[in-house]
Amino acid sequence: MKLVALSGSIIGSKTRTAMDYCLKAVTEKYPEMQVTLLDLADYNVQFSDGRNYLEYEGDTKYVAKRIMEADAVIIGTPIFQASIPATLKNIFDLLPEKAFRDKVVSILVTAGSSKHYLIAEQQLKPILSYMKAQLVQTYVFIEEKDFYRKEITNDDILFRIHRLVEDTVVLAETYINIRESKEAEYGF
Amino acid sequence: MEKYRIDQHKGLEFGIYTLGDHLSNPGTGERISAEQRIHEIIEYAKLAEQAGIDFFSVGESHQEYFATQAHAVVLSAIAQATETIKLGSSSTIISTSDPVRVYENFATIDLISKGRAEIIAGRASRVGLFELLGYNLRDYEELFEEKFDLLVKINEEEVVNWNGEFRAPLNNAQVLPRPQNGSIPIWRAVGGSPASAMKAGYAGVGMFMAHLGGPATVFKRTVDAYRDAARSRGFDPAELPVATAGFFYAAETSQQALKELYPHINEGMKKTNGQGFPKQHFAQGVDPHNIMNIGSPQQIIEKILYQHELFGHQRYIAQIDFGGMPFNKLRKNIEIIGTEILPAIKKYTAKD
Repeated sequence: MKLVALSGSIIGSKTRTAMDYCLKAVTEKYPEMQVTLLDLADYNVQFSDGRNYLEYEGDTKYVAKRIMEADAVIIGTPIFQASIPATLKNIFDLLPEKAFRDKVVSILVTAGSSKHYLIAEQQLKPILSYMKAQLVQTYVFIEEKDFYRKEITNDDILFRIHRLVEDTVVLAETYINIRESKEAEYGF
Repeated sequence: MEKYRIDQHKGLEFGIYTLGDHLSNPGTGERISAEQRIHEIIEYAKLAEQAGIDFFSVGESHQEYFATQAHAVVLSAIAQATETIKLGSSSTIISTSDPVRVYENFATIDLISKGRAEIIAGRASRVGLFELLGYNLRDYEELFEEKFDLLVKINEEEVVNWNGEFRAPLNNAQVLPRPQNGSIPIWRAVGGSPASAMKAGYAGVGMFMAHLGGPATVFKRTVDAYRDAARSRGFDPAELPVATAGFFYAAETSQQALKELYPHINEGMKKTNGQGFPKQHFAQGVDPHNIMNIGSPQQIIEKILYQHELFGHQRYIAQIDFGGMPFNKLRKNIEIIGTEILPAIKKYTAKD
């Protein structure tokens, strides 16, 4: 199974820090998993111009392809101006309309204020649903006070991250099984 | 319909089209050479003609997994190898070509084939050619509209005066040679959405509508939008032909057809579009009201007649060869079309 951890901002450290915790949890618990970290800060991704994702070049194509090949995607996002960052929205714009069909997607949010709690619910989930993702409904919301010098200091967050990873993998496996047995029934 | 060389008394026209894709056969994992693929396409056209099929067309896509970038050259070889079948492009990407050169090519094919050539001009669903040929993807719409207008003008006027943004002006220019009867049928390729179909209607040209899957009734809206748009600009829809284009596969049973076709479509689309075809959607393809013409010969006859009742279209063109379909399967399908499907379709749609 292929899992992509997508860190959706090119600036700041908290989302990436939280994604590193996610990755560690995945590799410890599921050593056979093929994991790719896509931290957008490491790539030079161009703005979407509407072409098919296969027709981009370089980093843009690489990032889009890795996501398209994944069975599960954990999206980490900060909150900028009461929404997801433009860099993350651009990833969605680069992909086909039904890009998350047959994929499980889960969400981790880092934010400066608890007042941003519903942003993932109201702004990110509708995009993912539109793109046909199977969502892990519960997401991890992490506030600034939960970090200290690139470490997460709140045990509750750590427990939540472990549960998020477990839910993502369990759901992805489940959906693969459902799909495979359903497809076998078609007999072609 | 005379302008389009279509005689409705003879019933619905049946055609074959290829995108000229060059993909491996998922059954064997092997891919034939581009040389063999091109020769097979020419052979395919000859078989279609022998089976009594009305039309054969070849498309251009300028990127990996395609072999008929020079589709006009392939069509001219087919023109020489055949005698009666009508020939067209599916489609010619006019946006990234010079309409003068395109017209010269197709007028020449018309002369070689003695009056059988048609142009179906499209905007490209794969856009690799913009970069390859030095065009800006931002001009996607405007390039097409301007060049398509010019193409139609060249077809209608022997001496052309024109100026636009993307090409040097034409001053009392003659575009030669002229086709056998002075002009050739020019259609607009439409991707299936009403917005795109309306543009064909406004221009008062025939519409070639491509469709993947889904209920035929959805595409009825597109056909209606096209005819309404044509009417709104003073064109008579009764003079404007509609062609529909999509997946086709006949086998003894619908289950057999699904089994033989699915891997080609699914794997082929993964390579060319980046996503496969969901099995669940594909399974619905055999439903009598689904627009994909997949099933037993009798089921396909019923589907096409149902579609004809719905759309009142003049031509249906079948795509059978996508995704590395082996040639013996193409031969078998042509045989079924010629012996079973075509006679029934003609019988029920001919108007005397």
